[in-house]
Amino acid sequence: MGAMLSVSELRKSYEIRRTPFSVRKETIRAVDRISFDLEQGQTLGLVGESGCGKSTVAKCITMLEKPDEGRILFMGRDWVNMAEKERKGLRKEMQIIFQDPFSSLNPRKRVLDTIAEPLKVHRMVEKGSLSEKVLEVLKSVGLDEDFLKKYPHEMSGGQRQRVAIGRALATAPSFIVADEPVSSLDVSVQAQIINLFLDIRERLRISMLFISHDLNIVRFISDRTMVMYRGKVVETGETEELFSHPLHPYTRLLMLASNDKEGELEGQGAASNHGCVFLDGCSEKKEMCADDSPMLKGPSSHRVACFLYPE
Amino acid sequence: MRAARASDIRDLVVVALKGCGPYDTVFPDFAIMSLLSVSDLHTYFCSNGTITRAVDGVDFEIDKGEVFGLVGESGCGKTMTALSIMRLVPSPGEIVKGDILFEGADLVQLTSSQMQKVRGNKIGMVFQEPLTSLNPVLRIGDQLSESLIVHKRLSGEEARHISIGLLQKVGFDAADKRYLQYPHQLSGGQRQRVLIAIAIACNPSLVIADEPTTALDVTVEAQILRLLQLLIAEYQLSMLFITHNLNIIRRIGTSVGIMYAGRMVEKGRVDRFFEEPLHPYSKGLLESMPQFSGERRRLKAIPGAVPRLSDLPQGCKFNPRCPFVMDQCKVEEPPMYGVSGRWVRCYLYQN
Repeated sequence: MGAMLSVSELRKSYEIRRTPFSVRKETIRAVDRISFDLEQGQTLGLVGESGCGKSTVAKCITMLEKPDEGRILFMGRDWVNMAEKERKGLRKEMQIIFQDPFSSLNPRKRVLDTIAEPLKVHRMVEKGSLSEKVLEVLKSVGLDEDFLKKYPHEMSGGQRQRVAIGRALATAPSFIVADEPVSSLDVSVQAQIINLFLDIRERLRISMLFISHDLNIVRFISDRTMVMYRGKVVETGETEELFSHPLHPYTRLLMLASNDKEGELEGQGAASNHGCVFLDGCSEKKEMCADDSPMLKGPSSHRVACFLYPE
Repeated sequence: MRAARASDIRDLVVVALKGCGPYDTVFPDFAIMSLLSVSDLHTYFCSNGTITRAVDGVDFEIDKGEVFGLVGESGCGKTMTALSIMRLVPSPGEIVKGDILFEGADLVQLTSSQMQKVRGNKIGMVFQEPLTSLNPVLRIGDQLSESLIVHKRLSGEEARHISIGLLQKVGFDAADKRYLQYPHQLSGGQRQRVLIAIAIACNPSLVIADEPTTALDVTVEAQILRLLQLLIAEYQLSMLFITHNLNIIRRIGTSVGIMYAGRMVEKGRVDRFFEEPLHPYSKGLLESMPQFSGERRRLKAIPGAVPRLSDLPQGCKFNPRCPFVMDQCKVEEPPMYGVSGRWVRCYLYQN
């Protein structure tokens, strides 16, 4: 069997008006020809700064947004062009966890109802055994039966995020998209949730797309890592290889910055239509970088899109 | 383009300030005392008959040229401590007890018009959200000049001159054009630079920075921290730096105070703190950050959650989450114990 998820040439653009009164619309390429594979049981980390398109990738993969172009094969089947009814059946295999558990849980639903909903939708449980099944899910995310009757406002941020994770795990999915799942939590609670992710992965062998802006967390949790900048993947590879030998100037800058060392972007103008996406920020640019945009090159253990590395 | 030198700007300010010194009467020089000394500060919120103890007995000092990092998780009272110093605690909050001695004057006792002369003048402040702390309908130049005109009684032209120098200082090219722009024309990092310029405009003795880089991307955060480091070195700025990120304090702080549930639980010099944190909570915080020593193992998380201020445990506020908890901890709250020049609120150090 092939990859759990195979994405090729994914594109998504949005039309925006620069100000509410602008007549002219501009096209923003949020995700620009991204391809990657995710194997069974693997965790792929996706890092980048705000606005680089990481969340758009999450939305396209979960089909919360329809991609403009590109192919997504999920468990070997064409996920984008599948009939809606068929996709709904397969959806229980793919779940998503959002950043902010304050807004991703319905404030008027008790934990019991929140976690029961996907089970009911996918008809995965008999009526009589519903609360039993929900309790089992709750326990797997480290909460006990006291929480069944609670509303979101009665819980702390960490507990809410556990419920959101429980909701995602309820249908026993094979693949989870986690979009900045620990960013809104306190440091001491962050570690608990990261541990929970490690547990889940070990116990259930779930594949995961883990999106974060925090390099340390991605390094800690993922098997492979992908670095995005302005809608493009600039570098990808096995996590330890990529973190110990970062190649792309942007990746190196990002690492310097997150290790509290000095590193500075040259400037931040608007992205031009041709040339490298990192042209404005790069301190090592050459003439050809302005004319042509580099493709991802290299062995699958470490690929980089930069003209500094010819082969 | 080369940024203007600090001395240039300071000369300008000194020239412009000749003959106006309305603060000498309010702030006599106390050379021996520390710049800021907060003692036994209590800031409570009373509403509907319930009292929320946001700040409950906080003590610390900041000496001249010192960068004091105040670290803690959300809701631990670090922002309320800063707002208490600025006397900007929102209603129904109130400073119910404690002294805030700043350059010899007790800020708690000042009238609001005396306090007005301190804010933005003697103490500058940088807030977390650069988007919301600038006025969207005023040009950044006007917002920058405002405090110079109000506090230093400069003419518009003099203020403009100094403001443009400040904008260069915080890293803007073509500062005279930036002076005329509106906040929406700037990126998040640029707005934060403007706020830093505003905070240092009147040459304050103390700058309070409340999570100044939290809303920013990592690369921008690195730039802003570097700018702050430059300013600290050039102006010998004294700073109260509030953050939840210990790594930032490791980089720019000289002393650090750890807050938990409205109390200071540990304080001391930064280098010693990172060598050997004393309080179990400080240890937990440091251990729960991902590190790389080759193999990937589970993080040592602190169990449980930060308690709500309205529902605090008896005794030491950290006792339900503490791995070293003793009977004593559940009964009475420990005082601060001195441990070779450092302070820690924990019974483990009572001997």
